[in-house]
Amino acid sequence: MPSPLAPGRDYARPVPDRAPDASVESPGASPEALLAGLRAEGHARDRAISELHALLLRAARFELNRRRAALAHVRGEELEDLATQAADDALMAVLAKLDEFRGESRFTTWAYKFALLEAGVRLRRRAWQNREVVIDGERWEELADPGGEVHRALEQAEVLDRLRAAVDEVLTAHQRRVFIALALNEVPIDVLAERLHTTRGALYKALHDARRRLRKELGR
Amino acid sequence: MSVVDRILGPAGPEVSCEECFELLDRYVDLELTGADPDAAIPGMSAHLEGCPACREDHESLRDLVSSES
Repeated sequence: MPSPLAPGRDYARPVPDRAPDASVESPGASPEALLAGLRAEGHARDRAISELHALLLRAARFELNRRRAALAHVRGEELEDLATQAADDALMAVLAKLDEFRGESRFTTWAYKFALLEAGVRLRRRAWQNREVVIDGERWEELADPGGEVHRALEQAEVLDRLRAAVDEVLTAHQRRVFIALALNEVPIDVLAERLHTTRGALYKALHDARRRLRKELGR
Repeated sequence: MSVVDRILGPAGPEVSCEECFELLDRYVDLELTGADPDAAIPGMSAHLEGCPACREDHESLRDLVSSES
């Protein structure tokens, strides 16, 4: 994916073949000073933008580093590229929404969430890049809790049978597809959103509606 | 939590993914200052229980901000 920030390449630096370094020190300016700089003009704003990008890059590296197990097969250079792309997109989002920041949290907490979202979405999609997304195949038989007490296992099997029937009978085709992929097959929602050309929010709404109908049907 | 409860998600009212993202920074700052974020933002914890992606975003933001203080 091309970076939306051509000047952002100024921030990139060569890295060895290892996971992104999440131990980078946080920039020195206070959140209040950073926000004031972003709302200023000229060199002060340029400096603030550079500092904000460094913050966002640190957050993106933090996210990729803590979930590196999911990307064990991905080289360090690619991880660093993912972190840079996430920071670039987050920077654009933060600058576009700056007027919406109302001071209900620290400015850095507010800004970080954009970088973590961008990095998390990229991470999930990269981790599933070569994996088949099973949308229609159901894994009911794999759901039983192994090693439980016999009467509990029977009780659960009965509930799962009723649930399986309800999925077929009360859900719309779209709800059934989304429910099976997300709740049964545990496909990451951002991966499914990409494959179905939709959004996390739209898919979760379908899942929520499906769950509500199933709960009502099962009396739970 | 049983398999069935996990599949069926939270029973109570919950915020949407968009609302969760909008409110996440405030929720985390309340959490880290020892306030009661669930009283201030009803439906957030139910959503975090039901949506694994938003839950990961929450855990990451909480841990990142926490690591700085």
